[in-house]
Amino acid sequence: MTLLSLRDLSVSLHGRAVLRDVTLEIGAGEFVGLIGPNGAGKTTLMRAALGLIPAIGESNLAQLLQGARARRAAWMPQAREIAWPVSVEDVVMLGRMPHRDRGRRPTAQDRARVDEAIAWMGLEEMRHRGATRLSGGEQARVLIARALAQEAPLLMADEPIAGLDPAHQIMTMQTFAGLAAHGRSVLVSLHDLGIAARHCTRIVMLDEGRLVADGPPAEVLTPERLAHVFGITAWYRQTADGPVYQPLEVIR
Amino acid sequence: MIRVMIPLALAVLALFAASLLTGPAGIGVRDGLAALVAGDGGPLTLIMREIRLPRAILALMIGGSLGLAGAAMQGYLRNPLAEPGLIGVSGSAALGAVLALQTGLAASFALGLPLMALAGALIGVMLVMLLAGPRGASLTLILAGIAVSALAGALVSLVLNLSPNPFAASEMMFWMMGSLADRSMLHVWLAAPLMALGAGLLLTLGRGLDALTLGEDAAEAMGVPLSRLRLQLVIGTACVVGAGTAVAGAIGFVGLVVPHILRPLVGARPSRLLWASTLGGAAMLLAADIAVRLILPERDLKLGVVTALVGAPLFLHLILKLRKERI
Repeated sequence: MTLLSLRDLSVSLHGRAVLRDVTLEIGAGEFVGLIGPNGAGKTTLMRAALGLIPAIGESNLAQLLQGARARRAAWMPQAREIAWPVSVEDVVMLGRMPHRDRGRRPTAQDRARVDEAIAWMGLEEMRHRGATRLSGGEQARVLIARALAQEAPLLMADEPIAGLDPAHQIMTMQTFAGLAAHGRSVLVSLHDLGIAARHCTRIVMLDEGRLVADGPPAEVLTPERLAHVFGITAWYRQTADGPVYQPLEVIR
Repeated sequence: MIRVMIPLALAVLALFAASLLTGPAGIGVRDGLAALVAGDGGPLTLIMREIRLPRAILALMIGGSLGLAGAAMQGYLRNPLAEPGLIGVSGSAALGAVLALQTGLAASFALGLPLMALAGALIGVMLVMLLAGPRGASLTLILAGIAVSALAGALVSLVLNLSPNPFAASEMMFWMMGSLADRSMLHVWLAAPLMALGAGLLLTLGRGLDALTLGEDAAEAMGVPLSRLRLQLVIGTACVVGAGTAVAGAIGFVGLVVPHILRPLVGARPSRLLWASTLGGAAMLLAADIAVRLILPERDLKLGVVTALVGAPLFLHLILKLRKERI
């Protein structure tokens, strides 16, 4: 089943092409890492795919009505905004909004999904605390839990693990991998190539708005592409503990 | 939620009753209520029904809608400093009113002033919508509101500047301070439909405002139609604030302070704050209008002056409290 289908998606901002003719399909059970240098168009790709910004080309999600789209795809923006000191539980419950009718109280199912998401992100102890009083990393986890509670087949997250401590980075990636193992799909933009190589089932690489590579981590993260797109060298080994990937030097 | 709403509702009821029973005529509780309900056609009935009832109803309606609009505006802009006057409606309504006084329209027929103020509010909100555009971030709305407010303020100053005599100027100044004295049921009937419409638009924003807690992008991805939400917010606010300013003048600080005070009591959720703030605003304005009559009954103390005098220190206190929490 195709969860995301983009065909020749292009975005221009102020006459500058930010995204050019991106064609991408994501099926069920995939954990896709979206990588690329700053300004490569990662955020633009995801926002255009969701229909949040005007784009040329086709996106199956952008064609849907807003309510239907929210049940098909959850979105976690890069800006981690929690405006009011609402409780952690209330923030996570916001993720259930697409499933709830206006003015309806949360059902047992809503509560079960919220409990599940809170447990996944290890937030049980802070569930009644004001979300704005938490640290930046904790807030990020609350927002990930919110996106998980939305229970959409596709989860898109913009740099979800930036600013998390190593344990929670790994935990979050494993949670995403777990979702993929259960038939849902995840598309995350990442800057940590090592984490991407280790956890993602597939890597999509963007450079200057173009999709330059798409495939399993070992095939995408070749020395030539790293040199050309990122301008770095890296050390890569398939070890007994899984793939290990370490960026080394800047070469330009 | 219930624990907050019931005391607030009781406070509003008590203050409404107190407002009906406050005035220079010194009518007893039982006599007053009997005259209001039964109506013997005597002077007591006249005072209760034609003077005090409209005053109390207007305080209830205007206070409630200012509280509501303040909560909605703060929720939309995700900023505790936002207030209903931000989109320039009260400023442009004031301009309409001042023009009505200047041209003598206010003196020539009873609803001349409120109708001119409503026209001003309408033009103001149309200008804001035109400037802010159909789509776009909340920042453009703030900027458009500031621009229209500034323009309306400058034009009010111009009218005052060119006013033919000091009496005319002071009449305008006093009008702008806001008051509920000597209003009639005619004013109630003029404001009520607009306020009902506006309140209906604003009270249904709760779901979208809750989602906006996570930012515009996240809210839109959760299925909240942002352009429609903004349109609903601006028209709703324009209706309630325009109607309120048209019949009572500019009354500040209610829409700013009330949501701020009540926010911690409703778990900070914008949707709950809408309802709580409606009741809270009504209670605050009823109380202020009673205070106006009790403190300096013979000097015609203006309502807007009292709300600002009470509201500003309250606001300062809140800022200090906030500062302590942040450290």
